Amino acid sequence: MLGAFMKYRSLRCRVLPLVAIVLVASMLAAASRSPIHVDTPAVSQEAIASIRQSADRVDQLLLHRWTEKGIEPAAIADDSTVLRRIWMSLAGTVPSLEEIRRFESDREPDRLDRWLDALLHDRRSSEYLAKRLARSFIGNEGGQFIVFRRDRFTSWLSEQLHLRTPYDRVVREMVATQGLWTGEPAVNFVTQAAVDGRIDENKLAGRVSRAMLGQRIDCAQCHNHPFASYTQSQFEGLAACFAQARLSPVGVEDDPRRVLTLDIPATSGATSIKADRDSPAMMSSLHRAVAPGVPFGREWMPTEGTSRENLAGWITHPVNRRFERAVANRAWGIAFGRPWHEPVDDLPNPLESPSESDLLDLLGADFRAHHCDYSRLLAVICSTRAFRLASTHPGLESADSVDRIENAWAVFPLTRLLPDQMIGAMVQAGVLETIDRHSHLFTRTVRFFREIDFVREYGDAEEGQGGNQPATIPQALVRMNGKLSRELIGANAFTSSGRISSMSHDDHSRIETVFLVCLTRRPTAAEEEAILPLFTESLGKNRSLAVEDLFWTLTNSPEFCWNH
Amino acid sequence: MNFSHFCNTRNRFSRRSVVFTVASMGLALRLPAMEPKAARIRGNDRGKSLITLWLSGGPSQLETWDPHPGTSIGGPTRDISTAIGGVRIAEHFPLVAGLLDRFSIIRSLVSKEGDHERGTHLLKTGYRPDPTLMHPSLGAIVAHGIPSESLEIPSFITLGSDNFPSTGGYLGAALDPYRVFVPGLSGQNLVANVDAIRQQRRLDALDRMTHSFEQGRMESVRRTLHSHTLKEALTLMSSEQLGAFSTAEEPSAVREAYGDNPFGRGCLVARRLVETGVRSIEVSLSGFDTHANNFDGHASQAAILDPALATLVGELEQRDLLNSTVLLVIGEFGRTPSINPLAGRDHWPHGFSCLVAGSGFVRGKVIGSTDPEGIQKMPVDPVNVADLAATVLDRLGIDFSHEVTTPVGRPMKLSEGFPVKSLCFDS
Repeated sequence: MLGAFMKYRSLRCRVLPLVAIVLVASMLAAASRSPIHVDTPAVSQEAIASIRQSADRVDQLLLHRWTEKGIEPAAIADDSTVLRRIWMSLAGTVPSLEEIRRFESDREPDRLDRWLDALLHDRRSSEYLAKRLARSFIGNEGGQFIVFRRDRFTSWLSEQLHLRTPYDRVVREMVATQGLWTGEPAVNFVTQAAVDGRIDENKLAGRVSRAMLGQRIDCAQCHNHPFASYTQSQFEGLAACFAQARLSPVGVEDDPRRVLTLDIPATSGATSIKADRDSPAMMSSLHRAVAPGVPFGREWMPTEGTSRENLAGWITHPVNRRFERAVANRAWGIAFGRPWHEPVDDLPNPLESPSESDLLDLLGADFRAHHCDYSRLLAVICSTRAFRLASTHPGLESADSVDRIENAWAVFPLTRLLPDQMIGAMVQAGVLETIDRHSHLFTRTVRFFREIDFVREYGDAEEGQGGNQPATIPQALVRMNGKLSRELIGANAFTSSGRISSMSHDDHSRIETVFLVCLTRRPTAAEEEAILPLFTESLGKNRSLAVEDLFWTLTNSPEFCWNH
Repeated sequence: MNFSHFCNTRNRFSRRSVVFTVASMGLALRLPAMEPKAARIRGNDRGKSLITLWLSGGPSQLETWDPHPGTSIGGPTRDISTAIGGVRIAEHFPLVAGLLDRFSIIRSLVSKEGDHERGTHLLKTGYRPDPTLMHPSLGAIVAHGIPSESLEIPSFITLGSDNFPSTGGYLGAALDPYRVFVPGLSGQNLVANVDAIRQQRRLDALDRMTHSFEQGRMESVRRTLHSHTLKEALTLMSSEQLGAFSTAEEPSAVREAYGDNPFGRGCLVARRLVETGVRSIEVSLSGFDTHANNFDGHASQAAILDPALATLVGELEQRDLLNSTVLLVIGEFGRTPSINPLAGRDHWPHGFSCLVAGSGFVRGKVIGSTDPEGIQKMPVDPVNVADLAATVLDRLGIDFSHEVTTPVGRPMKLSEGFPVKSLCFDS
């Protein structure tokens, strides 16, 4: 009796701690799941019809061009290919297997439009787009403080995109907001230019001209622009719009007494913007004051308010078509991986009045007419026929005709995945479930740190530099032999390869599923035949090695590495 | 050394751009296999290389090459005599002091960039940061400008971590450095994750998938250079020259002389890479951003730098490599003459120091001087960073004034400075 009691006590001593550990672990696991529940957005047929109408106008424009040039456009791509493009362009990843299965079970003819609409309501999209846009507004520079500020700025921008805040208002807030970088995240557009407690107005003028107007007015910083009509004094005026801004204990604020003063070097007629401009009283005969100014459309400049507020009003003024054209060009670049006009921030001057045959005018006007809704603009672009064309075309078989076909947008262009897209696609392909903000905290944390490591080795292209350069040899090495690649491909209970190799009933099914996970399509018969040796040669019954090999093969293929 | 064709490509993937990109990648990674004798070439027949020892954070001139002991700004740092008569450096560098006659010192570098990132950009490229374009680092210019016959490994390599890494800038990502974060073992990602049989099976399958993807877009896929890049990467993985990344073959006495730490191993690897024909190597040592506890901080970093630098310059000389190699020891700026309440020194881009040695540089020269009391901000005989960049390129036989057309059609000189004549051996 006593023995039984002791045995029971001993068992209790061993089991109870285990039960407690399991209980705590379960509670932690439950607590770390996102409290946000998936909300399927109600798809508005009216909104989709309106987007279709706008896309039709773009189609007419391009059709007219193709006819004029005697170019036959590529065939329409299959829906899976377009779905992959939409995911890659707007969320920086590939669709998960569960999404692909759901998409395949949706048999309605307008399924692409609805899935596009749904993705643009998904946080994955606003978070990814915010990262892309933030690069143009505040760069991808390193440094401890700018990293925190960039994160704060990017989160704010993501929220605005998700809420569909009119984009012109978003831009105005960036340029003119006052306050602390923590409490007013928009103000980090200005704090990015803080160096040693001072604000570099040249940098901000450069950002405004490039990211918001699609003009390289900053090329006139040191001398008159070599090609365009911008002068050095025009750039100085633009920079002077930020001269009132200063850093204080309450963050960025405007001091109306502050003016920009410039050195006048004794040796030349040129000037440089370097001087201390705290007090006009400090000006000597070697300095001159510069009044805030703009390089064109002076009549659009408001006169009440701080010089930053006036600048913000001028940038987004309804008549300032450079703003909407720049927005349209960058959005086209996000969707296609290549902007309509390159470089993305050096657009030609608009014509006197908007032209129906100018795509940027067309999209820009449509963007304005729909409350500067950035997500809608992307939806329009992704609904165009050009976006849904195949990336194959008989003209791409010959070196003589490729440029002609591609320059006319008669085929979907091949563009290299940006580092964000590459990591997003690899991580998503590595698991079968959708990775989003509803994913487990552990999954999101792993992805966060993997991204940092990966980008450190893979590089982080500046906006506009991604799609038009081949990958480098170190990048190929990271993909082939890197730690991340090894971890994602390795077959275990959590990875796609482990689950596919153990749960699929035959090799055909395994090959098909790996293709879906990596390439968002099924293999052709010829491909399956070519791949089969991976499964049959010397691997015995252990299919996980063959599945790993297939994963490696597909994630290193041009089809995976290039948006198509 | 014609750079102009490289960047003048506005059209993406035009036939010309593909040819030029292939050519540029070829320069950074040449084929076929290196002749065994190439590594043994010495003297004037040898192609030149650049080794930069990058002291990240901004080393204090007063605790390195320009001490002012016994003054109001000198702090507790004492000085010692060196192999250059009458020239004294900080006490922390006894080994370098004995070999200082191989170097010249610039004690009057001036810049306007007191921020780490901006200062790093200036010192690594010779240009102040410009939001309109990314300048290439000197290392990228050298790798592109000096072909390295039969080199199978990248021609621009950085060893150790750096917050603001060098880039190929407007010369293109193909000129970005190959980054080795842990020096002395091997390069990163150079070994396949599976055995040779599985690797071959994977590559065969990849060939078939590439062929499949080319259907209907042959020319577009060819222009991506995807297969070409992969082939180059595979060549690199199997190259015998990879042995240069490892210090295992070196005698233990040599390894100990450099120092058993990442920077010491990096310097040893740098020597091995120069012997292999690599054109540009950058070894980073951080820990110089001493806003607090400046003196202990510099003493501890000097204990790493002194043996590594002295052994490196000694070995380069012994192996007859110093005449074909430029050795630059520098950080993004110096530190303030004044000492703050935390016994630290802050950022100081006015009158800071660096060491130069090797190919075409005079030995035992000291350029400029700073005010021992720290009252005069501007040093005597100031040297602009752009001029230092021009001098380095000039000494390596690169036309520093050569104009390159950037991808957006903007003409840019490789350097807008002019060589410092008094540093040049043939002046």
